[in-house]
Amino acid sequence: MSRGPITDRRTLLRGAIGGAGLLLASPALAACGKSSASASTGSGGGGSQVTFGSDGSDPTPRKAYGALTSAYTAASGMQVRTNTLDHNTFAQQITAYLQGTPEDVVTWFAGYRMQFFAQKNLLHPIDDVWSQIGGGFSDAAKKLSLGLDGKAYFVPLYNYPWGVFYRKSVFAAKGYQPAADWDSFVALCGQMKKDGLSPLAAGFGGGDSWTNLGTFDYLNLRINGYDFHMQLMGGKVAWSDPRLNAVMDHWRQLSPYLEAGASGRKWQDAAQSVFDKKSGMTVTGLFMGQAITDETLRDDMDFFAFPAIDPTHGQDAVEAPTDGFVLSAKAKHVDAGKKMLEWIGTSAAETVYANVDPSNVGASTKADTSKYNALQQKSAQMIASAKYITQFGDRDSDPGFISAVVEPGFAQWLASPDDGTSTLKKIESQRSQYFTS
Amino acid sequence: MALTADVTGKNAKAAAPRRRPRTRVLSVGDKLFLAVLIGVPLLALLAFVWLPALASVGISFTQWDGIGLSSIHWVGLQNYKNIFTNYPPFWPAVEHNIIWMVFTALVPTPAGIFLAYQLDRKIRFSRVYQMAIFLPVVLSTAVVGFIWEIVYDPDHGLLNNALGTNNPSGKHYIDWLGDPHLNLWAVLVASAWRHTGYVMILYLAGLKSVDPSLREAAAIDGANGRQTFLRVIVPAMKPINVTIIVVTVMESLRAFDMVYVLSGNNGSKQGLELLSLLITNNTVGESPRPGYGSALATVLLVVSLAAIVTFLVQNFRKERQA
Repeated sequence: MSRGPITDRRTLLRGAIGGAGLLLASPALAACGKSSASASTGSGGGGSQVTFGSDGSDPTPRKAYGALTSAYTAASGMQVRTNTLDHNTFAQQITAYLQGTPEDVVTWFAGYRMQFFAQKNLLHPIDDVWSQIGGGFSDAAKKLSLGLDGKAYFVPLYNYPWGVFYRKSVFAAKGYQPAADWDSFVALCGQMKKDGLSPLAAGFGGGDSWTNLGTFDYLNLRINGYDFHMQLMGGKVAWSDPRLNAVMDHWRQLSPYLEAGASGRKWQDAAQSVFDKKSGMTVTGLFMGQAITDETLRDDMDFFAFPAIDPTHGQDAVEAPTDGFVLSAKAKHVDAGKKMLEWIGTSAAETVYANVDPSNVGASTKADTSKYNALQQKSAQMIASAKYITQFGDRDSDPGFISAVVEPGFAQWLASPDDGTSTLKKIESQRSQYFTS
Repeated sequence: MALTADVTGKNAKAAAPRRRPRTRVLSVGDKLFLAVLIGVPLLALLAFVWLPALASVGISFTQWDGIGLSSIHWVGLQNYKNIFTNYPPFWPAVEHNIIWMVFTALVPTPAGIFLAYQLDRKIRFSRVYQMAIFLPVVLSTAVVGFIWEIVYDPDHGLLNNALGTNNPSGKHYIDWLGDPHLNLWAVLVASAWRHTGYVMILYLAGLKSVDPSLREAAAIDGANGRQTFLRVIVPAMKPINVTIIVVTVMESLRAFDMVYVLSGNNGSKQGLELLSLLITNNTVGESPRPGYGSALATVLLVVSLAAIVTFLVQNFRKERQA
């Protein structure tokens, strides 16, 4: 304080400008996340190593990927250096990550975004891998792995269906029946509410507003069908299309049955509310099982397909996001990476993974289903019998558009659901900013 | 205002001729030393602050998917037009930033000053209070966010359990961070919790450095406690007051980490939109739009500079006048 006041103020001014300027250097933020990545498992041994970038930061997938990589090391003698990043952060930073110094083999999703990165030359084509592993996959799985140029870029590991999940013991105690059509579904919600349950557990707080897309996608698939849904996702149809009014209208019918406080809750806590028998059902994916800590609970969980609304479409579509691996274009160990992908493409890898994380279904047709639990068997059956398989809103569409426009739009709408026209109009007005070419 | 400027201008002109140019002889070593002393920070400032800032302003006139340099193309003012006319979270964000600033200026800042004033009166356990109130400042704002996330959790949180409002099917269920009418205030309480301590410690340091003879003189002149504080102490602490005002404005404009933690990392939760979050949402993400995000950042830069520069210029003027 002994310095002259003017000097003080100059310092301050500089500090103030610096502070504002630093905000602009936002790529620095991306770097922050990366440096917080967890330590690697196993030390790399010179030439015989491959690096693996994983988004499996939740405990169960983390353990499962750990089992996968150590099984690969045991099978091939190859050291795998793993870098695990927070699941949501990984997705947010993927563009910078793939352009920076990515690991060789990287976890990613099938669909629109994989194709986009392939088109931008950020992924390495792996047709030679597919010539080895192709026999073990269905045509649908193969199609999911192709880029727009017809080359393969992706090796699927597993997928998991979305549906309406519930506890068998709750349904048995109250005499509820799984609902196959809309009217009985709404009636079931009403009955649960009368019985003092919160009918539909929901949690889209934190970074989880993507979970709302599950309901939206299914409503749209059931009411307007697969073709319209994919056109909408691809940015080819206006979001103000009158066909979406029915979707919002049906969604509004469900809104009074959603668990209160959904916008401040994470999906894991919504799952917990079903486990705790506070909520009757929830629209979610099989990954819900990852939140199970008490194994006896798993046998009490069951699900049914999202109810049919328009009989022309029935329940012909299943939302079954596929997770797997890509080889980054900047990979340092291309051959080693391809070898690892080849091994992953065999059913052995899936068995290793599924042993730890039973909340998925192997993507390979040769996957060993003998150890599947009831949920997995039902899931596999549901996916196999589906006429159409979709990947999920933020994977079938431009993820920036979905996360910056559609998800906040829906979250806002759910706070006070009206007929939805103004929400849809708002979404539509921003569509052209994302789908330009 | 014009009058003030005039007077200042005259003063400056009158003052100029009085200064005689002094000749200084600097050795080569001195010159080198000075060059390094000024040059290094200057280069660092240019490279790490102004270059990115200006590059960001440049990028704000383009559309870019963030992959390679070939995909950049010039779109002129399109991004700005979209922000102002067709970006639903933008105006709420501006509003929330303003609420943040006004609230911070009106609640935690005076509270911090009040606490500092009380602690300066040599009450018992003063050090303990000081430490307890200052403790949140030691934590990073992100950590403060995590702490309050646990407090505000609707099902398992401390607050709802204490109030008995944690039953989702119950009549009174308070979703502190989800309810768009409530969440901004919940976050502001968390922010105030930290800011109060910050202001307190700044002000306390200032109070300690005030010459005790000023107080004695005031006491002899028969001033009561309130008069002494408002008429003697506060004016004597002008540098600290300026610091606190600037800190308050800056903290409000750059508010980010706590909300980022509390609203989840996709950021734009209704009721909690802030300019800094919108910038992040658009520049980092699965499909980033650096052009659009930079345009938002430029808007924030202009607002920040305008606020701070206006304030400081006014202050320099008063200073010269005095």
